[in-house]
Formats: sequence, structure tokens, C-alpha cells
Amino acid sequence: MQDRYTLADKVYPYERSADQDQDAPVRHPVVVMGGGPVGIATALDLGQQGVPVVVLDDHEGIGMGSRAICFSKRCLEVADRYGAGKPMVDKGVVWNLGKVFHKDDKVFEFNLLPEEGHEYPAFINLQQPYFERFMIDRARELQAQGAPIQIRGKNRIDNVEVKDDHVVLDVMTPDGPYKLEAEWLIGCDGASSPLRTMLDLDFTGKVFQDSFLIADIKMKSGMEFPTERWFWFEPTHGSGASTLLHKQPDDVWRVDFQIGWDVDRKEEMKEENIRRRLDAFLGDEVEYDMVWSSIYTFQCKRMDSFRHGRVLFAGDAAHQVSPFGARGANSGMQDVDNLGWKLGMVLNGKAPESLIDTYNTERVHGADENILNSTRSTDFITPKSEMSKLLRDSVLELSENFEFARPMVNSGRLSVPCTYDGSSLNSADALNGPARTRPGSACPDAPLGDEFLLPKLSGKFTLLTIDADAPDSIEESGIEVTRLALSVKDDKTLALKDRYLGDCPSGVYLIRPDQHVAARRPSFDENQFRAAIRRATGQE
Amino acid sequence: MSDLNTKPNIDGVDDFYAELLAAHEGLSKEQSDGLNARLVLILANHIGERATLSQALAAAAQTKE
Repeated sequence: MQDRYTLADKVYPYERSADQDQDAPVRHPVVVMGGGPVGIATALDLGQQGVPVVVLDDHEGIGMGSRAICFSKRCLEVADRYGAGKPMVDKGVVWNLGKVFHKDDKVFEFNLLPEEGHEYPAFINLQQPYFERFMIDRARELQAQGAPIQIRGKNRIDNVEVKDDHVVLDVMTPDGPYKLEAEWLIGCDGASSPLRTMLDLDFTGKVFQDSFLIADIKMKSGMEFPTERWFWFEPTHGSGASTLLHKQPDDVWRVDFQIGWDVDRKEEMKEENIRRRLDAFLGDEVEYDMVWSSIYTFQCKRMDSFRHGRVLFAGDAAHQVSPFGARGANSGMQDVDNLGWKLGMVLNGKAPESLIDTYNTERVHGADENILNSTRSTDFITPKSEMSKLLRDSVLELSENFEFARPMVNSGRLSVPCTYDGSSLNSADALNGPARTRPGSACPDAPLGDEFLLPKLSGKFTLLTIDADAPDSIEESGIEVTRLALSVKDDKTLALKDRYLGDCPSGVYLIRPDQHVAARRPSFDENQFRAAIRRATGQE
Repeated sequence: MSDLNTKPNIDGVDDFYAELLAAHEGLSKEQSDGLNARLVLILANHIGERATLSQALAAAAQTKE
């Protein structure tokens, strides 16, 4: 079994499993195909719930290369639910300022203006291997505490047979093949998903006629750039039709050159050629080491459905977007956030199997939003007709003097959490409260003295009452819901009030284990909330 | 007389921009130029205010160099 890529960290070396010595295939509740960020996050979600999960990866650890570098607040909040968020922020680079240049002139700058009163920043930059490492460290910690997580390196799934209530897997290892069964198989095997190919499933959308060269470099001397996102349209250094510069930890900078469609990839990837572009961009006096480089093309695609019987797809295997906007890994984490609790409830007999269909509808909604936004950014960055380019250049030219044109400049619309408007799990909005916390929304964080709100809403159904009475817990159709009783007085900054009540004097929220709002009303009405619980778990 | 508004004034500006590009999609350059000309005239008529239109013409005429 040859590796297809170089490893940064061999964190799950092959070990023979007892399953390989059984006469009949062992059946597991959940098998995850792929040990990347989405696969490991799935293992953390299920493992924390006590649901046994086996991750199979055809390699033995984390792949080399910075790859995804920009992680959003919602993604970090999800990682925090899994106990892996804090080391990410400690290591990551927090940034808020961005500058946009056209032909070397700065046309304007923007500030993400992060709202106060959130535990996590709007964005951090962090090389993907760190992101993966912190989650695997957390998986090891959970395993030590007895969580039923297994990660098997050099276990390659070569064939799958989908039955009505399980999937049969042919797994190849350095010791030869063995068979496994899974009640549910989750494909987290990346953009070129072998699982998708084995099942002959379509992956359709747009391929953009352009390619980009990533060069991650470590500065040695000669350059002091601030921790900001700088984006050049048509820079005169000529190394690319556009260029992006963004800081990562360890003094590493991401440089991204738009180099056109008809390029000789082999030639472009030669170090001397990459250095020629970098030198033209940075100037000859800057000294740097090359850390990682890659050429990629844009695709915006998704599967028609993320569920095929007992096989589910998540992350890049299910949907792929262009990188501007940081909507790839960040949306994969939101897939897991959405799927984990639903799968846990179905496996524990607390919800009907049809609840899994709402993973498909809600996350297809999320994927479509990401594809729409990243397609628009790509159309702006790489205009595909003469008129499209003329309009784009006019927007850039106008944006220098006229404020109105600046919101039209699109170098990436940064990932924001998806709101599941119209989901069958939502109950009708019965509170005249802020739109940002309507049913379907991801709960915004709020300070509670020295603590924050979101960690109190993790992994279980919660009845959040703000200046309203309710029982301490209710049980409906086997679902335990515990109350979190708060008052606007608990938060002197009034963020809790602004985000959850607006002008209303009180509010009661039913919040899902993934911290999305299922229902809200001005006060506790037992029948209404019991119905909302049934609805939020696919029982109505 | 109302001054030319050069502050952001379109809700859902990305939707608008996408619709504008879509209107040009599949057209030749000549057809696109025609579309733009008609669009200018339609919008100008909608604005109506003579002084505002003069300011808009002056703003559009400003270019670099």
C-alpha cells in the first residue's frame, strides 16, 4: 500500500485490529471513511456521545501542506463543542483588517469589526495540519477517558456493498484484506471521494477556467507585513492576474497567484519558477524559505443528495467550493455539527431514521449558499467575458473614490454560519425578537460574566429561558430537555438581551444539540414546546 | 435638488451584481454595449432630477490619470 501523499505527522500508524482475526465480519454502528478534519470531527462528535465510531484512513496520519488556513468563528465554536477549539485559537493568528488593491493602488480597506462578547474571534489563520493535530490530540484524550473511538491507519476501503440496514466493507491493510460491516458509513474522503466513485454517484457543477498557484513562504528577512489580508487585482508585478497575501502562524505567509488556465503545471511548480513570481512580487531584497506550494483549479460542485440509504457524505466529498470566502473546511465542520446529534439519536432509538434526511436538506441548503457566494467571488476575481471584466474593473476604479462601489468589490464573501430557514425541524417563530436568532439560526455567543453562553448549550437539547418561568427539565418522547435559566441581568453588556430578546421583555428558546434554534416564544407554553421537541427530532 | 448619492444604497448588492452579469451572459460585445446604453437611459429617466444626472455624468467621467 503506497502512500499517495507525504505525511506531516504519522499520528495513527497501522496496528492490527482484532476485527481482522474474526471469522465473520464485525458490525459497527458507524464507520467513517477518511481521517481528515471532517472525519476526525465526526469521531469526536459521536465519541463524546458514547456512540462507537471507527475511522478508516488509507494513510497513517496528517498530510503535508498548509492547505486550508482560514477558520471561522462558527467552525471554532463547533471545535470547542468537541473540546479542541482553544488550542486552535492559542496557536492561530487572529486578523480583522483587509486591504484591497487595484493595479498597486490601495482602493480601500475593511475591518471585519468583530462584535464584542464572543468567546471566539471572527477568524483565525492556522495551517490545516495544526487544525487536524489538535482534533486528533483531543480524540486521544477522549479515548483515554474511555470514549469508543477507533482510528485505524492504512485501512483502505476498496469496495462497499450497500444493504437496506447496513453496509459491507472490503478493507485492505498491510496484513491483507478483511471485511467489516457498518450500520452507517460516512464518507469524509475528500473532494475526489473514492466512495462517491465506488457508488457511481454524480458530482456536478462548475469548473472555472483558471488556476492558482499557492506558495507558502517563511520570511527570513526584509519584509514586515502586518497581520492583514491583502488582495491585489491586476498587480503590476505581473506574477498573477490577482494576488493574495495572508499571514499564518510560525512566520509563514500564504501567497496566492492567479496564473491563468493554460499553464504547464509541471513547469510552474519548479522552485525557480515559483521564486521568480515571488521575487517579482516581494522585491529581490526579501529572503524567504519555501514551505509548501500547490496549483489548484476552482470547482463549485455538490452531490445531488448527501444521503444514499445507509451511506452519508460530509465535507469536500459532498460539496466543493472555490477557496475565496473560506467556505470549504468551515462548511465541512458545520456538516458534522449537524449530523452528529441526529445520528446519535437515531442509533439510540430516540428519533426515527427519517431525521437523517434533514441532515441532507439542511446541509444541502448550506452547500448551496456557499456555492452561490463562492461562485460570485470567482466570477468577480476571474471575469469570464469582456463585459464582465469591464464591469469588474469599473467597480474597482469607482471604489477608490466612491463608497457605494466598495461593497460590490468581491474578493471573497467570508463564511458566516448557515441559517436553516424553512427546515422541517423548525417551529414557527412566535417571538417578535431579533432576526439573527430566528428558528434555524446558529445561536450567537454572549458573555455571562466570566463565562460565555455557547458552552452551556452544547451537545443536548436545552430550554433557554430569559426572564421567563419554566420547569427545570422536561421529557418528551424520550428526549430529555434541560433548562438554562438566565436573566438579562446576567450580562451587563446587554449582548444577551440584544441578541435574544430585542424589545421583548422575556423569551424561551428550544435549542438543538448543535446550538441551532428550533423554536422560540415569549413564554413557556408546555404543549407548544412539547410539539416543538417532537418536531425538532423528526417525530412530527 | 437632491445630491448624487454615492453611499451604498442597494440592499443585497451581490444579488444585483449577479443579475447584471446574468443579463450580459451569452451576448456579443456589441449586444452588451447596447444593453448598457439602454440601461443607462432607463435609469436616467427613473432618476429624473436634471442636476443629479449632471453630477452622475461628472462622477462617471472621472478616471485615473
